[in-house]
Amino acid sequence: MSSQVIFGQLLVGLINGSFYAMLSLGLAIIFGLLGIANIAQGAFYMMGAFFAWLLLRELGVTYFYALILSPLIVGLIGAVVERLLLRRIYKLPHEYGLLLTFGILMFTQGLFIYLFQTAGRPYATPPELAGGYNLGFMFLPKYRAWVVVASLVTCLASWYALEKTSLGRTLRAATENPALTRAFGINVPSLMTFGFGAGVALAGAAGVLAAPIYTVSPIMGADLIIVVFAIIVIGGMGSILGSIITSVSLGLLEGLAKVVYPQGSNMVVFVVMILVLLVRPAGLFGRER
Amino acid sequence: MTESVLTIKDLHGYYGESHVLHGVDLDVRRGEVVTIIGRNGAGKTTTLRAIMGMLEKRQGSIKICGHETIDWPSERIARLGIGYVPEERGIYSSLDVMDNLMLPPKLAEGGMSLDAIWTLFPNLKERRRSQGTRLSGGEQQMLAFARVLRTGAAIFLLDEPTEGLAPVIIQQIGHAIEAMKALGHTMILVEQNFRFASRIADRHYVMEHGKIVDMIRRDEVQVRSDHIKSYLGV
Repeated sequence: MSSQVIFGQLLVGLINGSFYAMLSLGLAIIFGLLGIANIAQGAFYMMGAFFAWLLLRELGVTYFYALILSPLIVGLIGAVVERLLLRRIYKLPHEYGLLLTFGILMFTQGLFIYLFQTAGRPYATPPELAGGYNLGFMFLPKYRAWVVVASLVTCLASWYALEKTSLGRTLRAATENPALTRAFGINVPSLMTFGFGAGVALAGAAGVLAAPIYTVSPIMGADLIIVVFAIIVIGGMGSILGSIITSVSLGLLEGLAKVVYPQGSNMVVFVVMILVLLVRPAGLFGRER
Repeated sequence: MTESVLTIKDLHGYYGESHVLHGVDLDVRRGEVVTIIGRNGAGKTTTLRAIMGMLEKRQGSIKICGHETIDWPSERIARLGIGYVPEERGIYSSLDVMDNLMLPPKLAEGGMSLDAIWTLFPNLKERRRSQGTRLSGGEQQMLAFARVLRTGAAIFLLDEPTEGLAPVIIQQIGHAIEAMKALGHTMILVEQNFRFASRIADRHYVMEHGKIVDMIRRDEVQVRSDHIKSYLGV
């Protein structure tokens, strides 16, 4: 087997891992703050890709502007969804959040299939990032290197914002004890709207990054979200950095499986999930409650 | 005397289905230190939580500085300048001491400076990078106090500030409360330790079964000590 094939698959794994990281980071923020396991995260990822495609086709907005604009639109839609729908179910058990966001996923997916059909739409790689580097042992397309760097920078920036800024301090306090945080004069309901918007905007950004690699289609988020939920289970909800590390490692593991045992590559994440559940039910980085 | 800053009339409060407060009436004037005393389960903590807007359901009237707040959310009530020190201290484990201290936003001018806080509670300065919940019980209580002193609040709700603390720490908390009183702050104190409460309070409201049943002035405490003992069940 040539090194080209091995490193090629590992790169695909790293890229998938980067997308997993952005999606699971958003999920972790949302779950912490709202107590909702947001299955619709996959729909927001898909919307991110679609808005980039629409912005280009309808308005001629190019990739780098779309990378800012599309997550912003996704975040605003998220904020509206939180205000109109999610807000009503915070007092109900977690299953309701799962069901409601599943409904939102189905609705959004159905709406986009109705409007744009299921066929994939190509999104051209931005000319600035076309081509690649020949590293000798493999060929590294520029765009793929960019995706890995951009998503890791986004994840680390989000981690920094949560851990080291006063907004992050307030978000963590609101996550830990919302009632008391409100009693200090902090508007926790608005923070929750913001947190949900920011969490889904991360998914939207991942969608824009994914658009030139995968084709843009209404169902692109549905498969991904199942894997991301498995990753959340593996990593545990305890730590932001933990969920980034878990995502990237599992992406790589998947890539490796494609080389060693391609038939099992789609399964490997779930096998790890089962093993982790047996040994450490709270997840690798999670805390037992 | 000076004007009322807090007037509660016929306050009813509920936890889920259970009706806990059954028509509480009380009145606190600016600069006063008032305690709510009574046996466990009388509704003292619930009264403070009701004032803060932290109950699922409450009815009646709570006027704070002239505003009817019965329909207000917690954050809006707090912004009238109220500092709340909950019974369980409410120190955040995901934040260190410094971040716990800096969390509550400024509500008004005139809050204590960081230097003044370090002078009042030197232990906290030493441990400012420790995780909040790694502190001892006494240090956590100091942090809970320090946290609201910074905000410029003028009305303080203190829930059992001496509960479970060693005598030397109780003394330090006592000094803090006296310092706050000297600054002209208004305080409503829920306290089991009547000896501690009687030293600093101007008046005592006695609570039983979710109602205020008596009010005892500072100068009546001696004469009515038998009453007080029977109210507290000691």
